[in-house]
Amino acid sequence: MIEAEKLTKRFAGRAVVDGVSFRCEPGTVTGFLGPNGAGKTTTMRMICGFARPDAGSASVLGGEYRRLPNPGRRVGVLLDASAQHGGRRGREALAISAQTMGVDEARVDDLLDRVGLERSAARKRVRQYSLGMRQRLGIANALIGEPEVLILDEPANGLDPEGMRWMRGLLKDFAERGGTVLLSSHLLHEVDVIADRLVIIGAGKIVAQGSRDELLSSAGTLVRADDDAALARALAAAGLTGREAEGGGLLVDAEPRAVGAAARDGGVALVHLAPAGDAGLEQLFFDLTSGEEER
Amino acid sequence: MNERPTLARLTRVELRKMVDTRSGFWLQLAVLGLTAVTVVITVIAGHEDDMTYRHIFANALFPAGILLPVVGILLVSSEWSQRTALVSFALVPERERLIAAKVLAGIVLGLLATAFAAVVAAIGTAVASPDVAHVWTIPVGLIGQDVVYVVTAMVIGVGFGAALLASAPAIVLYFGLPAALGALGSIHALHGTVEWISSGSLEPLTEQVLNGHEWAQVAVTLVLWMALPLAIGTWRITKRDLS
Repeated sequence: MIEAEKLTKRFAGRAVVDGVSFRCEPGTVTGFLGPNGAGKTTTMRMICGFARPDAGSASVLGGEYRRLPNPGRRVGVLLDASAQHGGRRGREALAISAQTMGVDEARVDDLLDRVGLERSAARKRVRQYSLGMRQRLGIANALIGEPEVLILDEPANGLDPEGMRWMRGLLKDFAERGGTVLLSSHLLHEVDVIADRLVIIGAGKIVAQGSRDELLSSAGTLVRADDDAALARALAAAGLTGREAEGGGLLVDAEPRAVGAAARDGGVALVHLAPAGDAGLEQLFFDLTSGEEER
Repeated sequence: MNERPTLARLTRVELRKMVDTRSGFWLQLAVLGLTAVTVVITVIAGHEDDMTYRHIFANALFPAGILLPVVGILLVSSEWSQRTALVSFALVPERERLIAAKVLAGIVLGLLATAFAAVVAAIGTAVASPDVAHVWTIPVGLIGQDVVYVVTAMVIGVGFGAALLASAPAIVLYFGLPAALGALGSIHALHGTVEWISSGSLEPLTEQVLNGHEWAQVAVTLVLWMALPLAIGTWRITKRDLS
């Protein structure tokens, strides 16, 4: 279990993480989603005790990460796949982690198989690894101590579609056996296919969190008509506002029932009326991202 | 299985980290190779009066004295330049324990290097002056000083690496500062002061048994060059956020 309680971090007076609270329960995969620079990495580093929060607190398995006597045996951490010595061989990098936490080095070979790194690749120096291979090595490193909790920062970055499918299987399996997973991403579709719950962060603040279905149901209604201008007028007359959705149509912050009634009252023929679902989630995320760019 | 890793285990891991990277491996090999080469050159080209164990041993320690500090620097600074601190501190959140393990690993490596030089020097002496008994006399105190010389050189390197947390500046300063101080020391008015603060006062450790005055200079030098950087480094590493 992971708990963040009003975590706050300021750099040069600016709050890069601002009152962030969420919980990750055993048996679930939580996706921590937000554009680059939103505060995901800083939050995760505070959870793992690498950075001290200016306010608030974080706990892993009921206490501070730094108080865990042998953290590798209980929490698997991958904070940056590039953080490996380029002159060290892949297998050796895992072996020194195993030795540090007192795990039989024989386990390293099982892990290499499990993350799909071949023996020939494991004998190479990490400098020669692609980002995808570094991610696999980093995930193997996180799994060495057979932990109960996994904390992974952008683990899908650099993975090909096959790698994504593999990771989804691995994390689902880990959660099904009672593990807790927190993984971050700046890409909605990466997290969307893996996570049971989403925590969305923008500009240091939590914008939305909940199960996928909960977020989808609050995402509004997607409506299309042949005459979008007339539709917009009809919505306005009913006191509803629509925004242009990615890929056409309008996204309305209301139930389909209310939108349909507004269209009828305005005499507009609809060609599409449905809960926004994925499109709404994408729009929500897109708004965050573009808001970040304007700043 | 949830016990804290012992300091002995962490020290073994740090020793392993010193040799399992490409740069670390070649540096160690260079120390071994240059130690042997130095002994060979001393035996072939040295003056006949110098064919004593005491003299050859002193020469044999020279490569270790120069290169081991670089190993010590890299042991700490590479955790930052290669960003492995993110992995190391995830497994050992008590950062001061990891620093302690690095210092201990440095001491162990220093002892191993001294032992290696002692053996190679012995072989060199046996080849150079066979059947001459008096060449083997060496004061016990001098052997102790040899150990101090190599081990402190190593720990000074760890301290520089920790204080600067970057390989290149640490190496440049480690070699540059003594040179700069040496230049200052050539100014007559400053000569007395420089004698006390320059790392040059460590050089006689391998040459003769020191007197009280010289030991005082060594102690002052070690405070400035070893204890101070280590203290700064420990403070920086334990207080700083890792990003």
